[in-house]
Amino acid sequence: MPVVKPPTPPVPTVTRQQRPVETTPGPVKIDVQAMNFYYGAKRALEDISLHIYPNVVTAFIGPSGCGKSTFIRTLNRMNDVIPGTRVEGKVLIENADIYASGVDVVKLRRRVGMVFQKSNPFPKSIFENVAYGLRINRMATTRSELAGRVEESLKQAALWTEVKDRLQESALSLSGGQQQRLCIARALAIEPDILLMDEPASALDPIATQRIEELVYHLKKLYTVVIVTHNMQQAARVSDFTAFFWLGRLVEYDRTDKIFTAPSEKLTEDYITGRFG
Amino acid sequence: MTRDTLRRDTLRRGISAVFVAACGASVLIALVPLAFILFYVIREGVQALNLELFTHMPKPAGEAGGGMRNAFVGTLILTGLGSLFAVPIGVLSGVYMSEYRGTRLAIAVRFAADTLNGVPSIVIGIFAYGIAVLPFRHFSALAGGIALGIMMIPIVARTTEELLLLVPGAMREGALALGATRARAVFSVIVPAALPGIVTGVVLALARIAGETAPLLFTSFNNQFFSTNLGQPIASTTVQIWTYAMSAFEDWHRQAWAASLVLVMFVFVCSLAARFVTARVQRLRG
Amino acid sequence: MRRELGFRVGIGAFAVLLLILVAAIGVELTRQSWLSIKEFGFQFWLTRTWDPVAGEFGALPFIWGTLYSSILALVISTPIALGIAVFISELCPARLRGPLTFLTELLAAIPSIVYGLWGIFVLAPAVRALETATPEFLRALPLFEGPPLGNGMLAAGLILAVMVIPFTSSVAREVLKTVPAAQREAAYALGATRFEAIRAAIFFARTGIIGAVMLGFGRALGETMAVTMVIGNNPQVSLSLFAPQYTMAAVIANEFTEATGDLYLHALTEIGLVLFIITLVVNIASRALIWAMGRPVKARPVAVAAKAAA
Repeated sequence: MPVVKPPTPPVPTVTRQQRPVETTPGPVKIDVQAMNFYYGAKRALEDISLHIYPNVVTAFIGPSGCGKSTFIRTLNRMNDVIPGTRVEGKVLIENADIYASGVDVVKLRRRVGMVFQKSNPFPKSIFENVAYGLRINRMATTRSELAGRVEESLKQAALWTEVKDRLQESALSLSGGQQQRLCIARALAIEPDILLMDEPASALDPIATQRIEELVYHLKKLYTVVIVTHNMQQAARVSDFTAFFWLGRLVEYDRTDKIFTAPSEKLTEDYITGRFG
Repeated sequence: MTRDTLRRDTLRRGISAVFVAACGASVLIALVPLAFILFYVIREGVQALNLELFTHMPKPAGEAGGGMRNAFVGTLILTGLGSLFAVPIGVLSGVYMSEYRGTRLAIAVRFAADTLNGVPSIVIGIFAYGIAVLPFRHFSALAGGIALGIMMIPIVARTTEELLLLVPGAMREGALALGATRARAVFSVIVPAALPGIVTGVVLALARIAGETAPLLFTSFNNQFFSTNLGQPIASTTVQIWTYAMSAFEDWHRQAWAASLVLVMFVFVCSLAARFVTARVQRLRG
Repeated sequence: MRRELGFRVGIGAFAVLLLILVAAIGVELTRQSWLSIKEFGFQFWLTRTWDPVAGEFGALPFIWGTLYSSILALVISTPIALGIAVFISELCPARLRGPLTFLTELLAAIPSIVYGLWGIFVLAPAVRALETATPEFLRALPLFEGPPLGNGMLAAGLILAVMVIPFTSSVAREVLKTVPAAQREAAYALGATRFEAIRAAIFFARTGIIGAVMLGFGRALGETMAVTMVIGNNPQVSLSLFAPQYTMAAVIANEFTEATGDLYLHALTEIGLVLFIITLVVNIASRALIWAMGRPVKARPVAVAAKAAA
């Protein structure tokens, strides 16, 4: 299948340095400063600094174990649920450090949504899955408002037409690809600013994968999307910016077309051309 | 291959065959008393099993007829009381043990639950006597309910813990990622996911305590009259069977068998239902 | 985080209740037996006469009866229970496994009082017939002396054995399940017969199996109703299987509500306290054995890392 690349928006050219990319317009959405991450005594992420821009798709690529999943989970403090983990450095989302003391993690996770590698719908109905976030965050006061928001989210996730007649059926009766889109709808329902996607299509067949990729491309109009993928071609197809991780370090971060056509680092070039990983 | 090695082979094979036969025989041996008991309970119990057993009150000693209405109702009340104590404490303890798995408190509580499970039921009866009968100077249904509840708690707690651990961690992460607090995630997603199993555990625990006699002997004691007063002694199926069995009256013996049949049927139904629910849940999970 | 702390403390409070409950049982029982402990001290357990009417309180017959009946039950039930466990987990065809497990569970679920009822009207007469049929030369032995009453140690041992079998066998089955398949496969690959491969598995699981047997023993120690209905309830210390005797649980069940005077009640409670302690020790020891067997199986890397960091 030919690689389909969406058209890139016009932007001034970028200099050779890779971190951070300074000359792009728009305020920085996520500003990561010198992050180190530890599982117990073992350091999994080393001195990561980068900027993530609004309304673009940023992809994290790299071989298994390079830390990209760990890193994306630091952006909504999901690693807090694992005992023994520690973060050094700052993660500023719109200039507020999310690791400062006194930060309400629950509120953070409302603003920074996450979709997981393996879809994890709740054992409830399709409707209840999407409504869950709305209920607990008290985002709809009347039944009709709730139903309206659920419908809106399912449409955004391009699932509405397939499920509109069976909203009360169990979410577990959907196919793998549909379940994943349901999880996306569920995450979108609470209107986050940022959507983190940890290998959202890796458990899906090619056709379902394609639908997810199309979805991601359209989502960036409304959201800032960060996506982890082990599939380089997917990153090339779908993202505007790409960050390449290796053994816990950020090797190179630049516009996607630059990374894939003329990378600055040899390591990046070796990975892209398939010499390892 | 010499004749020697062949001969040794037959000896080994022979031993193995005998062993296998012995194991099979032990299964049969164990099933014999089961068959015997069921046979007698059914044969003797069916004779006296009639509507009167459930609708009438006991007749005075020696007179024929009468029923065990007060006893059956008493058992319902006592098991209901027991569940009232045991289900909240048991389920929430189970939640703690699964959510905070490695902590010292969780390990200690698990140990306490297993210990409590092994305490003889008569000892629990003495304990309940001490805390619920002595202070008020009379036996009561409440004391009996407390005793039964104490016996139910460890069963419900361990079952809840084991089932909650089976719920995939991805479900908790999904709820947390949507901005749920931990409490919310546990009670609105994880516990509902494990609910069929938890209910099954409660049903099995109920079946177990409905058949208990020893802890009731000096807590709820017995009552020849019909009573639903929680502060007064109350009749129960098991204690009634005990009283009738130890008596000298034929008619009471027959009623004891009939009540036993009711108890055994109840236990049988609960066990079947539990198996059915477990199998169905496993099939759904695929 | 404050929210999480609230949740943890709230739920933790219920969990702590369990701990408090176990401790409270020990405390309450000691409190309620204080008079007896003070009055008789350790002699309580060495005195043979139990005659509350005459004011004589000796608990030796009860310890004797409890241990004798439970050990007898253990001797009878263990080979059968292990045979069942092996059969269900190793030998039987897959489709039989479910029904057989269900049947053993049913055996375990029958209430004690129903066993007792059956014991009085079916087992005891059968045992009496057996005792009557015992040949003269055996009758001379202390093990078989005394009139054939039916109600006695033998009946109690038998009924306890039947009640303990499903318990021991289900725990043993769980233990056998944790034996890695690689153990048996290694044996078969070396040309072992079925018996030898299973023996290898049992050897691997020996600590756990001992634990299972001990758990069954603990269960037998505490059994009340079925035993008291067939053991004869006579506080005597006798080696004879035919003799009616008494167990700790049985005397409490029979005499607690009839006890006149605080000393009598406290004496009975002291018997309950010691029963509590004995079953506690047996249960803890058996669970420790089972736990020790299942241990070297899993290792969780994050937990290890977390511990290293702590």
